[in-house]
Parts: sequence; structure tokens; C-alpha cells
Amino acid sequence: MWKKALSAALLATGLAAAPAAWAEAPAPYQITPELEAAAKAEGKVVFYTATDVAVAEKLAELFKSKYPGIAVQVERAGSERVFQRIGQEYSTGIYNADVIETSDAVHFEYFKRQGWLAPMVPQEVADKWPADERDPDGNFAAYRAHLSVIAYRTDLMKDADAPKTWEDLLDPRFKDKMVKAHPGYSGTVMTSTFVLSQLLGWDYFEKLGKQNIMQVQSSTEPPKKLAQGERALEVDGNEYNVFRLIDEGKPIKIVYPDEGTPLAVGNAAVLKQAPNPNAAKLFYAFLFSLDAQQLNSDFGGLRSFHPGVKEKADRTPLAKIKILHSDPEKLEPEIPTIKANYEKYFGT
Amino acid sequence: MTSDIQVQALPVQGRRRGIDFSWPTFALLTLVLSVLVLLPLFWLVYYSFRSDTGAGATLANYIALVADPTLLRAYGLAIGMALAVGVLACLIATPMAWLVARTDLPGRRTIRMLVTASFVTPPFLGAIAYEILAAPNSGIVNIIYRSVFGLEASEYLVNIYTFSGLVFAIACFTFPYVFTLVANALDKVPSDLEDASSILGGKSMTTLRKVTIPLVLPAMLAGTLIAILQALTMFGSPAILALPAGFHVITTKIWSLFQFPPRLGLAAAAALPLLIITVILLRAQKSILGRKGYTVLGGKSGTPRITELGPWKWPAIAFVFCVLSLTIILPYLAIIKTAFTGTVGDPINLSTLTLSHWRFVLFEFSATQLALRNTFLLGFLTATAVTAIALIVSYLVIRRSVPGSGFLGVLATAPVAIPGIVLGVGLFLSYANPTFQLYGTIWILLIAFMTIELPAGYQQMSSAFSGVHPELEEAGRIVGASRLRTLWDITAPLLRTSVVAAWCFVFVGTIRELSATILLTTANTKLVSVIIYDLNESGDLGAICVLGIILLAASFAVVFVANRVPVLGGSQMNTRG
Repeated sequence: MWKKALSAALLATGLAAAPAAWAEAPAPYQITPELEAAAKAEGKVVFYTATDVAVAEKLAELFKSKYPGIAVQVERAGSERVFQRIGQEYSTGIYNADVIETSDAVHFEYFKRQGWLAPMVPQEVADKWPADERDPDGNFAAYRAHLSVIAYRTDLMKDADAPKTWEDLLDPRFKDKMVKAHPGYSGTVMTSTFVLSQLLGWDYFEKLGKQNIMQVQSSTEPPKKLAQGERALEVDGNEYNVFRLIDEGKPIKIVYPDEGTPLAVGNAAVLKQAPNPNAAKLFYAFLFSLDAQQLNSDFGGLRSFHPGVKEKADRTPLAKIKILHSDPEKLEPEIPTIKANYEKYFGT
Repeated sequence: MTSDIQVQALPVQGRRRGIDFSWPTFALLTLVLSVLVLLPLFWLVYYSFRSDTGAGATLANYIALVADPTLLRAYGLAIGMALAVGVLACLIATPMAWLVARTDLPGRRTIRMLVTASFVTPPFLGAIAYEILAAPNSGIVNIIYRSVFGLEASEYLVNIYTFSGLVFAIACFTFPYVFTLVANALDKVPSDLEDASSILGGKSMTTLRKVTIPLVLPAMLAGTLIAILQALTMFGSPAILALPAGFHVITTKIWSLFQFPPRLGLAAAAALPLLIITVILLRAQKSILGRKGYTVLGGKSGTPRITELGPWKWPAIAFVFCVLSLTIILPYLAIIKTAFTGTVGDPINLSTLTLSHWRFVLFEFSATQLALRNTFLLGFLTATAVTAIALIVSYLVIRRSVPGSGFLGVLATAPVAIPGIVLGVGLFLSYANPTFQLYGTIWILLIAFMTIELPAGYQQMSSAFSGVHPELEEAGRIVGASRLRTLWDITAPLLRTSVVAAWCFVFVGTIRELSATILLTTANTKLVSVIIYDLNESGDLGAICVLGIILLAASFAVVFVANRVPVLGGSQMNTRG
């Protein structure tokens, strides 16, 4: 069922010239009373997301308080699971989702090629977003970003003992102590595995696989395993979950290794077949509004591309961190290799 | 004189008016079961010969099956795990069933109720409870162990993220299959056979060995078989416990083949050996038991005999208490504790107690209500449909009333061989196309659940049927009632307990199903099991425990009510055990 779609998609990329309709992004739009009224008439918006469920539900709450009468149905799963689900649904003609968001940039290239997205550009995005962080054709834009970080429990590991670099993690003193998320489930970890395999080579992962690491699925989970005290050190995991746990008073510290920290960008888009097109349009514009982005930063610990967002003082600003960027176009053909190698070295 | 006339009149009436519905029923059921069972299997076989890269027909998938070490390893581990679970479950359940059904052990009724509780617990929830209890560092048991003996932070007593941990956690929540079947069989062993043994000079152990155990052996084997098959095809517990440990069993391996880019052909090929293994197991069971007759419930038999434990009472109590603590008391305490404290590792005191997880699940998490409603609606529909079908099918098969009815039994048992996750794919391929468009509705889930639960319902009903002597039905037939009428008026009431038990089995089975569900749900057809699994993958244990408590409370309520409604034979249940 997917194969056809996939091979068609590959063909489509081959014919580099995009259809005329996509040549240019549509004119930016603002939230008008007409849009609001039309959205209210639909009464509901369905949001497929990979953001941590508590953060996504908080955002939904803010939306409902701003636009009463429109319910938000939050469907949270890992990026790769969201991708799998929308693929299953669309291949069988089911159009449930209005707005979609995952932390794997490859997905949005894929959706775009499939022609599943409705191009639209909220005014806020047109005015304030860096050009790198939005699709030139207006299909999607970077709704959030976060790093995949090393972190440790300060009560279970002394600062002096904590790793400083990726290579440090291979030290025998960390054996049995680490937890790590899975690239087959998490878009963040897929991205970070890709950039690290390019930077450090696969033999790095081969050695890391011998450290007896606890394997979890979502990149939201390693920080939670640290909070539980199940493991003392996370190899990867969402920076924003760690921020949230630190805010709750958990004794956790982040390490930004010398070699660099992988960045995952979470794009959002409105689907062409959205069952509630007006509510979707409204919600999409809301996602990029300063209020929503500030909430993502304050409550969610997410990084924002909105220049007006003020980060909490105790967080290291992105400008001071060496960041490892990923190129979705190069990542896509590597996915099967990454999965196969990962299973070889980590068992699952 | 009047009675004579009636007796004469009845057969005439019966022959004139009553059409024997056996044939149409048989035809209809064959059709329904074929569609339920064969259609997904057809697609499975079809896809196993298709190349994943779109190159047409191929044997590459089967070659990969024997050449790919990761698949072989997953198979080896899954088979080892299932056998270990079967043996462990049988070893725990059989003595317990005997103690509860045939001895003067105090609190027998409560024990039965608690075992039912362990059956109602979805295995994935049990697995999560054991994560909370026995994770090497944050596990409550290990924390206590370290603080009691003053050990280093790296020391631990038990580690659930291991192969043996996985076997243990699955056995804890599959042993009720064996227990329930054996205990019910023991209830039905008539005292006259045992009396005969005693009268002929057999000591109580001899009677147990030569009469009682052989009579319940079918139930023991059937229960163990169910436990083995459950373990082999289980997805949730291995996904929760085996993946963190860094190994795949076959179900999780197949599931991983669906991640993007999906490898449907390989997944289908990888699933087919499971089918073959199961068929072999079922045949083995048949050849062991095939020729012996086990009619134990005739029209005339005494009540079961009770053995006095005497000095063995205390060891027996200790044994039962130990089993119950491991399977119910500790896991439930862990779940309750986690639902009311901030994170798993927190100690219990006033400052850590919180209702934040409850607030989140009940008021902030938007999927809760919809999922609860879907879950219980599907539970009711599936349980009712499956029990009805299983009742009729097992009647037709056991009484051989229609030639070729054995085929129906095969059809009704076949789904047991299809792992839920594979059935999910088969159904997805069968019904998620423009012709049917059932994907995204609850109907595809209903079909999935009916197919999955049919074997369990059928096993229950047919083992109950084989215990009812045909003489009672023959009496009905002699006075002129049609087959269906006899079934309804005579057999069904005799089987009331079994019917209610089967209904509850299926209901609970539906509630705890996860593996097929996970591929078949969409945003609007969410089930509680799926949102629990989603939450587990993101590590939200507190919210899971709250949902788990709600799910369990509701399931208990349903099972309790089903067992108390007088029409459904509640009184019968109460007199026993």
C-alpha cells in the first residue's frame, strides 16, 4: 500500500521541477473575524503531534481559552508513529487529521512530495521566521526546535565524573548506567543518530552498544527514566523534557558535548484534506503566535524561532551551544541503513 | 390419560412445524467464520510472496526468514519464552486450583475472586506494574532491598528487564487461564467416580492420581496450551520489558517491520511459521487426548468431594498467599502508589502525594473519554457476538449434528494461531480498501476482536459441552423439540456458568487486547489499551496507572455484575467454591 506511494514519490523528486502551483508560497494570512467564525462553525480541530503530551495538551488549553467553542483533539505519539499512522490513514482514504507536527524533517519533505499539505503562511511566520526554518513554497514551517542532549542525575553522579564528550560515554564507568531512545520510534533520535554517525562513524555506536544500555522508545522517555532514578545518565533525549524536570526540582544536569549537540526541528503543517479546514487554518496561525510560542518555551522548554520569545534565564541560549544540523534530504536514503545498523549494535 | 395424549401429540407437532435449522445455521456460520478467518490469512499469504520493493512475486521474504539472524533469534527467544511461561503457569495454577476447588482451605471464594482479578489485569498493565516494582534501580523491591542491607546504589535484587523477568511477568498474568479451566473441571468431577475408587480401597492419593487428575488433564493441557499461545503471540509485555533489555521476540520484531518504510511482505512471511507452530501444538494436544472420553456432567451426579488439609493447611495458605502477592497484591499496590505520587522513585509521604495524574487524565488529556467509551462498547459487542457463535459452533461440532461440522471447529480455533499484530495487518489489507472502507471505524476493531477472541470462547464452550452428556438433549429431542430449541432450553441452561464465564473471558480479553488494536485504531477509534501503550512509550507512568485503575475498576464492575445477574446463573456460581 505504501510502496506505490513511495515509488511514486521517488519519481516525483526525480522530476525536480515542482508543479506550477507550488512555485511560490501563497500570500500570508491573518486571523480575521470571518476565519474565527468559520472555525467556530466547524467546532473542532484534530492535531496529530509528536510533542510531549502534557505540553501539547497545555497548548490546546490555551487555544480553547482564546477561541472558546472549538475543541482540540490532541493525538500524541512518537514522530515515526505519527508518520506511520497518517500514511496508513491516507493510503486508505481516511482524512482525520487537520494539523500535523513531527520532529523528523524528512516527513515534511515526504508529505510535500505527496501533495498532502495545504500551502498557507500565517502573517507571523512571513514576518518573523528565518527563511531556513520555513518551506519556500509555504507548505510547512518550523513550529518548534529542541536539542537531543546528554544529561545526568547529580545525586547519582558527581559533576567531575559526568561525561564531557560523546567519546566519554564509551568509558567503562558508564556501563549499565545509561538510558537511550530509539531511532525507529523517535524522529529526534533518528536525526541525532544520523548526524552522530556522520560525525563519529558507526564504530562509535558499535562500541556504545556494548555498554549495556537501557533501550526505551520515545525521546521524551529517557529524561523521565532519569527522574525516576532508573538510570543515572541519558545518551539522548529531549532537552525540553529535561528543562521541565529541572523546573520541577529534579536533580538533573544537561551536558552540551564539545563535539556538538544534534538539533531536531519540529515542523507543522495543515493537511489538504483537513476535515475542519477553517479551524485548521486558525489553529495553524495560533501555533506560531507569540503566546503559543512563549508557552512552549515557558511550560514546554522548547526552543522557538519567534524572535519575540524570551527564554528563562537559567537555560543556555542556542547561540552559546555548538549545534549539529541535519540535512533531511541526505538523511532520507540512509533510514534503512540506520535502522539495520542500530539493530545490529543495540539488539532492537 | 391426558399426559399420554400430550406425549403422543408433541412429536407430531414438532415434525410438522419445527424445521431443523442445523443446516442453514451451519452454512451461515461457515460463511461468517470463513470471512473472519480466511480472508486475512489469504492476504497474509499473498503478501508473503510479494516483494517489498514492488518487484512482483518473489521468494525473497522466505529466504530472508531463514537467512536473517535477527529474525531467527527473535523466533528462538519467543518460543523459549512461551514454553517457559506455559510450564510456570501450569505449575502455579494446578495446585492452586486443586486447593481452591477440592480442599477445606479457608477463604476459597476470596481466592477465586482474586485470581479472577489477576485475569482481568491486562498483561501490559501487569508488565508496567512490574517495571515499577522490579526495575533494577528505581524498582520499589530493589530500593527496599538496598536500604535494608545498606548496599551500594548499583546493587539490585531483581531485574525485570531480562528474559527471565519477562517470563515471570507474563506467567503472572496468564496463569489464570490454567487456573480457571482446571478449577472449573475439578468442580465438575462427580464424587461417584472418586467414591468408587475409595470403595475399591484406593487411598486418597491414589484416587487423586488415578481418577481426579486424569479427569482434569484435558483442562490442564488446554489451559497450558492457551498460556503458551498467549505468551507466543503477546505483544504488549515483550514490547514493554524486552525492548529495554535489548532483545526482540517475534511479535515485536514483526511490529518493527511496519515502521517506515514498511516491509509488509517480510512481516507476512515472518508470521506464517507462528501459524505452523500453533497447528502442531494443537495437533499434539489432540493426539494426547483424542481417544479418551471425559463426560463428567451427566443428568445424575453427586457434589464434589472435599479433602481435609489437616497439618498441610498452613503451607497451603503460605503458597496461595505467595502466588497472590506476586500476581495481584504487589502489582496493584505499585499501580496505586504510582497513581498518587509524583514520580515512581518518590517515597510515600505527605509532600509527594498528589492528584496531578488524576487531574491530567480526567480533565486535561483529551483522549480519555472517547477511549473509555469505545473500549467498553467494543467489549460488550464482542463478548456477546463471540459467546453466541461459540455456543452454536461447539454444539454443532461436539454433537456432530451436521456432516463436516468438524471443519467449523477448525475455523473457530484457527485464529489462535494468528498473532494479533499479524491479524491486524491481514485485516488492514482486507478491509482498509476502497471496497470496504472499514478502517477508521469501530467495525474493523469488532471484526478483529471477534476473530481474536473466537478461539478462547470456542475452547471454553466446547470443553463445557464435552462435559454435558448428550442423554439430556436426547431426552429433549425425543419429546419433539428441534435442535436449536433443545440447545436453548436444555443445554444452554446447563451451561449457564460456562456461558457467563465465556462471556467474561471474551469481554476481558477484548479490554486487554493491544497487538491487533495498535495497527487498527485511528484518532476516532482510540481504545484505552492503545493510549496506555502510547503513554508508556513516552514514559508517563503516573497517567498510565490512573487509566489502569479506571479500566480495572470498570472491568471488575462488569464481571461482577455478569456473575450476579440471576438469569445468567449467578446463584450457581455462588454455591460453589
